[in-house]
Amino acid sequence: MFVKQLCVFLENRAGRLNSILDILRDNEINIIAVSLADTSEYGILRMMVSDAQKGKAVLKEAGFSAMVNDVICIKVSHKTGSLSKVLDILLAENISVEYMYAFANGKYASAVMKFSQPEKVAELIEKDGIEVWSSEEITSMSF
Amino acid sequence: MIWNETKECMSRDEMTNLQSSRLVKMVNRVYHNVEFYRKKMQQMGIEPGDITGIEDLNKLPFTTKADLRDNYPFGLFAVPKSDIARVHASSGTTGKATVVGYTKKDIAIWSECVARILTMAGVTREDSIQVCYGYGLFTGGLGVHYGTEYLGATAIPMSTGNTEKQLNIMMDFGATVLASTPSYAMHLAEALEETGRLDKIKLKAAIMGAEPWTDNMRTHLETKLNIHAFDIYGLSEVMGPGVAGDCIYHKGLHIQEDHFLPEVIDPHTLKPVEFGEVGELVFTTLTKEALPLFRYRTKDLTSISYEKCECGRTQARISRFKGRSDDMLIIRGVNVFPSQVESALLNIDGVKPQYLMVVDRVGNLDSLEVLVEVEERYFSDEIRELDKLTKKIAKVLQSALGIAVKVKLVEPKTIERSEGKAKRVIDKRKLY
Ligand SMILES: [Zn+2]
Repeated sequence: MFVKQLCVFLENRAGRLNSILDILRDNEINIIAVSLADTSEYGILRMMVSDAQKGKAVLKEAGFSAMVNDVICIKVSHKTGSLSKVLDILLAENISVEYMYAFANGKYASAVMKFSQPEKVAELIEKDGIEVWSSEEITSMSF
Repeated sequence: MIWNETKECMSRDEMTNLQSSRLVKMVNRVYHNVEFYRKKMQQMGIEPGDITGIEDLNKLPFTTKADLRDNYPFGLFAVPKSDIARVHASSGTTGKATVVGYTKKDIAIWSECVARILTMAGVTREDSIQVCYGYGLFTGGLGVHYGTEYLGATAIPMSTGNTEKQLNIMMDFGATVLASTPSYAMHLAEALEETGRLDKIKLKAAIMGAEPWTDNMRTHLETKLNIHAFDIYGLSEVMGPGVAGDCIYHKGLHIQEDHFLPEVIDPHTLKPVEFGEVGELVFTTLTKEALPLFRYRTKDLTSISYEKCECGRTQARISRFKGRSDDMLIIRGVNVFPSQVESALLNIDGVKPQYLMVVDRVGNLDSLEVLVEVEERYFSDEIRELDKLTKKIAKVLQSALGIAVKVKLVEPKTIERSEGKAKRVIDKRKLY
């Protein structure tokens, strides 16, 4: 149900994003999806990677603040309105989206999402048959 | 004009005689009324009789801000509580304030000292002084206010803040003298200029204190406002503003020596420096009743000259300050120690983060930015949480320091460490 996301704190300074990407590359960690949330002074880099725990360890080693947390990665078919259909179900239960980012993979588009009430979302996914990516599927994805 | 020619223009012999007789009396009184000093003197093996004049001053123990704090609130007072007419306090590094007390006579002498310094700056009964120092526990506002009234001039008790109101009152009431921190005076000057009202004011002088400033700032202020700007110095432990001030020749600040006996010491060896050398300024109060202090270490670095001034005064003069012998910063007139920031940050969750204080002067107002490393325990995947953290740190710091603080989150290990110890302060203002 949940998949592991790697998050890194970075200041808005030239070259910071690059050095994170370099570290991951040097350690053969594959990035499947990435999003940068930023304010005027700092940002949070959120990623789906081939090995989140190893990613955290190597970034920490290099002096970055990194963490791994659970998010849900929803499969959305390439059809108009399919994402909103999923969101409608969740909205009806008063669940809000903390953040999301999307990536495309073959016949599916995928939406990485963090919700206000993850346990309740898990229940709804089960009940309504919303399709999600498993951890194994994510980590073995390559392009 | 000289307010008290007898005292301000005494010969050196007369002055040292007066100081000696006052010191002897003061030591006697303190020994019998302040347990803290009595014990210290006993430990050092000295009795009041050992002090026969100012040449014996170096036999007396030093006093530091920590001594005042350790005896919080009234432990060093030398008179019964019923004789205390007023108290003031300054914020301390550990959250505990340093409390100072005054008898009626202390306040009268304080007013006299301020009146002397105002007169030195050309202020007369005809003048109206807009007092923009904080009124309250801080000594600035009430100290200058009482001196103004004692001199016979008109006090306009504005206290700090509200620039627009300050300017309106300044114009409407025809204030001729401004008493404020130099940075606030610059701020007011700029506000007047921006709104094209520089010609609407009647200011002729400004009495600047509570924070260090440079000759450049003086010139700038004098040109912009078409005034003369003077220095006033003091510290609450010793009395408040009025301990020293400068005259029109600006060749150092005249110390009110008949009340405050100055020394300059090497802050490391605690021995007097060579004549005219720079060292830490130390004061022994000679007349204070409520809170007499032996050799109070100001931590301000300066040198002393005993030459007669062109203005006719013979009082010792201290040079413009050369810095501090501790790490205290004066930001917008408020005393700030890095240790205050440290303990406030420690209070957030019990672990001290790496931090760096960056002090700057933006548009004539001091700003304090505190950089805090986002260690793993602070980190969150949500901007909202980090935003909350930033605000929380800013709030904690603001209430601990009493000034607005901008907090900036930075990556771990980005604050420079030298020999394992992180640098805590960058002061970009270059005030010394
Ligand atoms: Zn002079």
